[in-house]
Amino acid sequence: MEIPKSFLGYKRENGRVGTRNHVVILPVDDISNACAEAVANNIKGTFAIPHAYGRLQFGADLELFFDTMIGTGKNPNVAACVVIGIEPKWTKKIVDAIGKTGKPVEGFSIEGAGDIKTIMKASVKAQEFSQWASEKQREECPLSDLWISVKCGESDTTSGMAANPAVGNLMDKLEPLGVHLCFGETSELTGAEKVCATRGATSEASEKFMKTWSDYNDFILKEATNDLSESQPTAGNIAGGLTTIEEKAFGNFQKIGSRKFIDVLTPAEEPKKGPGLYFMDTSSAAGECLTLQAAAGFNIHLFPTGQGNIIGNAIEPVVKLTGNPSTAINMKEHIDLDVSKILKREMNMDQAGDELIKTTIRAASGRLTCAEVLGHKEFIMTKLFRSA
Amino acid sequence: MATTDIIIHDQKDNVGVVVIDKITANQDCNCWIMENDGSVTIKSKSEISLGHKIAMIDFNEGDTILKYGHDIGKVVKPIKKGEHVHVHNVKTKKW
Repeated sequence: MEIPKSFLGYKRENGRVGTRNHVVILPVDDISNACAEAVANNIKGTFAIPHAYGRLQFGADLELFFDTMIGTGKNPNVAACVVIGIEPKWTKKIVDAIGKTGKPVEGFSIEGAGDIKTIMKASVKAQEFSQWASEKQREECPLSDLWISVKCGESDTTSGMAANPAVGNLMDKLEPLGVHLCFGETSELTGAEKVCATRGATSEASEKFMKTWSDYNDFILKEATNDLSESQPTAGNIAGGLTTIEEKAFGNFQKIGSRKFIDVLTPAEEPKKGPGLYFMDTSSAAGECLTLQAAAGFNIHLFPTGQGNIIGNAIEPVVKLTGNPSTAINMKEHIDLDVSKILKREMNMDQAGDELIKTTIRAASGRLTCAEVLGHKEFIMTKLFRSA
Repeated sequence: MATTDIIIHDQKDNVGVVVIDKITANQDCNCWIMENDGSVTIKSKSEISLGHKIAMIDFNEGDTILKYGHDIGKVVKPIKKGEHVHVHNVKTKKW
């Protein structure tokens, strides 16, 4: 197949391109969720991204909180953003950082004003943003404006046989076109870590990966009270035939095809070395991993599943594919692409990769994904340690 | 082309994965080796469902299971060729 050269996206003020045109109401902290949701309820064409944190965090955990919030607002899938927090200082910090992209953003703090007056003021601004964003049109953009993140979930042995290598095939075809790519899941590379380290494009990238993995593994061994066989693999994985974390890891690893990663990112860190494949240090919990990848600026996500994970994301469209024929039938409403014919040898990997490219471009150009239609807007903060 | 009942990732692998709804005990199964497009056959000894693994050789306790050409765990109970390979007879080497 000749790979299409372009997709239809929203060009943003800073040169990035969005696959969506969201106007978000972003609460800074847990107690501002109610206010943000009230504004989103008042003003059509907007939605709130409620979450559980943002109070009394400190140190590296607070830094990651800010990186996640700011990165979410900066993501090119967000056209404009209203930020609402209890206190003015942290609210302003987030507003100022998002504002550097040049997109419309305004902050409101509740302390001293109360919910009702804040809802009124923020609603006025949200209406302005919603109507402004509604006039934005999609334009033809080169595929190099796609920033594709990947993560698999509820994996089984079909993931390693069909859905994950189909993603790998897409990576092999799209990386030479200048696409940014990102995989994560530090914990679920356990067992394949040494093989993964050999995929660093430079010795520096390989060493950075091994250090990231070892730090994680030390943490696991320190916190574990028994062996982790019941968490990794999960009960769903085991039902699907996966026996050990090593088997899961080698299946997981098929997602990067024959690519090499050029850098290792900290959670939510924006890639700075240009197009190519990046590894990000993330949890393997789907909600957390996707939230971090979206905060790093990725604008479309590919999610292979075996037994049927149903994840979505607040701002990044999630394209799901499966190689499991039962999941493709029984959970049809969640599956954007069925590649189970690979198991019957009625489809080869080259064809599966091509189908996935087509599905990805359609979704990037505006076709709603299953997760979007079903209302999945997961936004899950990664917490490094307990708050003060 | 005959139906493929089992897929083996790599020539070096000593287990295969069932890719039809299920295989029954004493079924003659066709296996496809993805890496080199080769074929082998095996007679099953257990009923094994979609996505689950079958032993391609006899294993003793302590042997290593190879899949994707890599070590994916150790055998903790002897397994006969054709039997189901899973958490009841194989464990991770990691924890």
